[in-house]
Amino acid sequence: MTVAVEMQDITKTFPGVVANDRVNLVVKKGEIHALLGENGAGKTTLMNILYGLYRPDRGKIFVQGKEVKIDGPATAIKLGIGMVHQHFMLVPSLTVAENIVLGRERTKNGILLDKKRIISEIREFCDKYKLSVDPLAPVYTLPVGVQQRVEILKALYRGAEILVLDEPTSVLTPQEVDELFKAIRALKEQGKTVIFISHKLREVLAICDRITVLRRGKVVGTVDAKRTSPGKLAEMMVGRRVLFRFKKKPVKVKPVVLKVEGLKALDDRNLPALKGVTFDVHAYEILGIAGVEGNGQTELVEVLTGLRKPLEGRIILGGVDITNFSPKKRIEQGISHIPEDRHKRGLILDFSVMENLILGSHYRPPFANGRLRLDYEEASKYAKKLIEDFSIKTPSENTISRHLSGGTQQRVIVAREFSRGPKLIIASQPTRGLDVGATEYVRKKIVEMRDNGCAVVLISADLDEIRSLSDRVAVMYEGKIVAIKDPRTSEREFGLLMAGGKRVR
Amino acid sequence: MVEIFEIINVGLFAAALRMATPIAFASLGGIFSERAGIVNIGLEGMMLTAAFSGVFITFFSGNAWLGVLGSVLTGALLGLLHALITVKFVGNHIVSGVGINIFAVGFTAYMCQILWGSRGASESVEGLKTVSIPLIKDVPILGEIIGSHTPLVYIMLIAVVLSHILFFRTSIGLRIRAVGENPASADTAGIDVYKVKYLCVVVSGVMAGLGGAFLSLGHLNLFAWGMTGGRGFIALAAMIFGKWLPFGAFGASVLFGLADALQMRLQALGLLPPQIILTIPYILTVAVLAGVVGRAIPPSDYKPYVKE
Amino acid sequence: MSGKGTDKTGPALGEELISGIKGVLPEVIAISVAFLVGAVILLITGYSPLSAYWSLFMGAFGDKFGIGQTLTQATPIIFTGLAFTFAFRSGLFNIGTEGQFLVGAFFAALAGISFKNLPFFIHIPLALLAGIVGGCLWGLIPAVLKAKLGAHEVITTMMLSYVALYVTGYMVNYPFKAPGWVAQTVVIESSAELPRILPPTQLSVSLFIGLLCAWVVYYLLWKTTIGYEIRAVGFNPPAAESGGISISTRMILALVISGGIAGLGGAGEVLGVHRRFIEGFSPGYGWDGIAVALVGRLHPVGVALASILFGALRAGGMVMTRATGVPLDIAIMLQALIILFIAAPMLVKRYLMRGRLGW
Repeated sequence: MTVAVEMQDITKTFPGVVANDRVNLVVKKGEIHALLGENGAGKTTLMNILYGLYRPDRGKIFVQGKEVKIDGPATAIKLGIGMVHQHFMLVPSLTVAENIVLGRERTKNGILLDKKRIISEIREFCDKYKLSVDPLAPVYTLPVGVQQRVEILKALYRGAEILVLDEPTSVLTPQEVDELFKAIRALKEQGKTVIFISHKLREVLAICDRITVLRRGKVVGTVDAKRTSPGKLAEMMVGRRVLFRFKKKPVKVKPVVLKVEGLKALDDRNLPALKGVTFDVHAYEILGIAGVEGNGQTELVEVLTGLRKPLEGRIILGGVDITNFSPKKRIEQGISHIPEDRHKRGLILDFSVMENLILGSHYRPPFANGRLRLDYEEASKYAKKLIEDFSIKTPSENTISRHLSGGTQQRVIVAREFSRGPKLIIASQPTRGLDVGATEYVRKKIVEMRDNGCAVVLISADLDEIRSLSDRVAVMYEGKIVAIKDPRTSEREFGLLMAGGKRVR
Repeated sequence: MVEIFEIINVGLFAAALRMATPIAFASLGGIFSERAGIVNIGLEGMMLTAAFSGVFITFFSGNAWLGVLGSVLTGALLGLLHALITVKFVGNHIVSGVGINIFAVGFTAYMCQILWGSRGASESVEGLKTVSIPLIKDVPILGEIIGSHTPLVYIMLIAVVLSHILFFRTSIGLRIRAVGENPASADTAGIDVYKVKYLCVVVSGVMAGLGGAFLSLGHLNLFAWGMTGGRGFIALAAMIFGKWLPFGAFGASVLFGLADALQMRLQALGLLPPQIILTIPYILTVAVLAGVVGRAIPPSDYKPYVKE
Repeated sequence: MSGKGTDKTGPALGEELISGIKGVLPEVIAISVAFLVGAVILLITGYSPLSAYWSLFMGAFGDKFGIGQTLTQATPIIFTGLAFTFAFRSGLFNIGTEGQFLVGAFFAALAGISFKNLPFFIHIPLALLAGIVGGCLWGLIPAVLKAKLGAHEVITTMMLSYVALYVTGYMVNYPFKAPGWVAQTVVIESSAELPRILPPTQLSVSLFIGLLCAWVVYYLLWKTTIGYEIRAVGFNPPAAESGGISISTRMILALVISGGIAGLGGAGEVLGVHRRFIEGFSPGYGWDGIAVALVGRLHPVGVALASILFGALRAGGMVMTRATGVPLDIAIMLQALIILFIAAPMLVKRYLMRGRLGW
């Protein structure tokens, strides 16, 4: 048994976070090896190191038994490593053939493309690896599953012996997943080695030979697929952790604030992202939505805040059907939103702290009494008050927001959104990228709002956060709510649900 | 009583092809630049300056073909300038283009004054002589339309065909399209994104240069202030209308060339006031953009590509 | 660094000025290098840069007449500069300010001609309003095309500039041609004239209107909800959208107001300087406006100051041409060089409009 890839003692840190902590990985030649873990576990980072996109702080890499230094994708490709990223690196308007040969085009007399030869070569590959594609089709016309095949062929065309697939099934329909698995098995038959990055237990068990579980940058263990179970894997993925419980005000009567019925929506690629989401949220309640990123949470938030139109379904807030309301009207109806990307949607970085603090209410009293004039003095007063109440670390309210730290920027957003007296707060990954202090603060504030009667929808990829803050936890998987559980439910069970292990609803 | 056939006849279409030439050249230039991800608003200025240098070189050398070479070099130089500003210094594409356009107006008028004592126009030069294609020119109707023109018209036709071949049948064209549409992909495929951008913008300058050469050496045989008359912008509309395809842009250019030719005839016939007729190409451009852009997808998002 | 915004001038001005003093360096460098390159061009073509620049400077600032002419030339540029600035703040490139300027000028001329026996305190505002309306109209067309159909405003505004040029040219050569004159309208009623403030120069009250306009632009952008929303859209459309702001309506508004400002500038020229609409009276004030907006860092105060510089280039240029024979176009080249040298670093640093370049 030969070893295709060995990564020894790999450590990689980014500012504020240890992405890989002394990771050891051994991948045998000809096997299908899974890297399993939640978001942020370090799987993609590790493979990016293997592919030369990052350099490890410490550790050694061996390919086919020889120690190597991989300083870029070109080197990785020469070593026979090919990677299919989660976000495809294809050029949409070019054909399949053109994408596959880009950078290594076969030419007649050096200038003109030898299209006949290219196509026959590609057809050979297709037959050999049982991956059927139409070489002449423009990539943008192809369904995602086929595009993925193009990416795989691209890697194979460049001589990959070791193929890394990063969350390959996250964009596929069940049928496409079956076809992908067939292709992977064919690759194995051809002697290729496959590294399969995923967070989905069942799939990993179905296709892989051995599984290495990563959690928070560390390897938890490597097991034989035949000798483990979904439950054991879930436990390895999610682990037993100390639960931070927040003291919450016990409330008996909780009227329904938000009713979501049968929401269906497409994502930016026109694939179904929400496939019939239904849930209620009550006042004095935090409904946590647990789930690995990419299962429709982003689209759900966009539909709830009015930034995306649903195909079907209704949203009722406090008895009012707001399904077709603009973002502005929703703010007026009492929805506050902490967006998951604070630089894109949360703040206008070139605005001052004060200007950001009034965004959303800038046209209403006390900032605008007539229709035109913005009372910046009132705004300044308001800003100063919020800066104090929320301990926003800024030299002044006129500081340009770009100059604040990430944690401070989030405080500005929290201060703005929470001070409007909302009925409903939608908090999406509110503590992502924040240090411990800022994280604690944001969580504390969310619980405070809840205690004051607010309904909160908390979306987070951090299961701990969900469990410690929520009154109820909904698990989202592949565009649906698959279960609503008590937060005291075991990690293992949550892990199973989040990874598609169980279907309760 | 004006006969309709005084306006619409074979000569009109020959004129349309002629007047399409500068627009088609510039439009090809636009395609090269945009397909590599750089917006080139400065085509107008590049054309104008090239038109001037063509006359300049011809005036002093007595050889119109040297003049054409001068135009080409001028266009290339200005293209290089635009590339430097937009690629190396990550400058705003549109501002750079506007700067080049303003500079062209000032520079050409200045030099005209210095050399020939008049801001408005240069002295006449002996431009390119018309050539005729044997055999074809004798074909009825078609022969009259394409059989006999200044050589730059034929060069334009060849350029359109060659551009098409380049973009869709060569490896270089493939790489250009990848660079414009998804520079990250091109980069990971081992392509030098910056080099491709530079090259393409310089080529776009060369094309604009040829367009300018046509106006001064192939058409009027002199340089006149502002002689490009917005064709650099119309060329961009032709490019969009033609969906960034060489043949498409050519077709659109012929449409605009027809408008141009029509406008000149109508003026000559005095049917409508000249100013009103002169607005035809511009209104047509706006109409084209209004009707088309919703459906036309640009080949790039024009965001600056910065390597990680 | 304190930047307390509790005084009347408002937060944005305070912060801009303070960082501006240190940061004026890029503009100073750009202008200096431009003059250097200009000097090289002059040398090569057989002129002495020193004497050219000297007569340029003296012509612009040497005596009362020069200063008056400088300010006269600066006046229309203030308007076009403000117009470009205003549109840019919403993320739009209005390079058709020349056309909006002309249409506004023509409408004002019409208003000045058509109404007889009106007292000046009615006639002047009326004519100015006509100018604004004309410019707004000319900005509305590309605005709607952009918002509803995605037609890129760079080309549409440019094309409409040509249309404006020709249509106004037609107007003064045919229907509104003054009998016995070439390519101009009759003189406007005296009740519509903007008074001259520094005879014998042509400097008129239009200058004050321009400065007032600068203040209005400042006020609009940094003191009103509309301005707040426009700037938000210009800086970060998705965040503005999340904050309830309608991107398309604000863009349209910005472009329409931009056109209106340019139109007002045209009105000022007609009512204050020429007192009639003459074909070709604008030597390209629209383009000056762009240069001035960039040098002025897209802020009304900067625009006003930069206008003086460019006004000086034009006024001094005319004197320079008479005195040294250097063609006036060197001034245009200097203007372009300044734009080019400013293009790169400044815009990247402060106003990087990502993804705004697409069609």
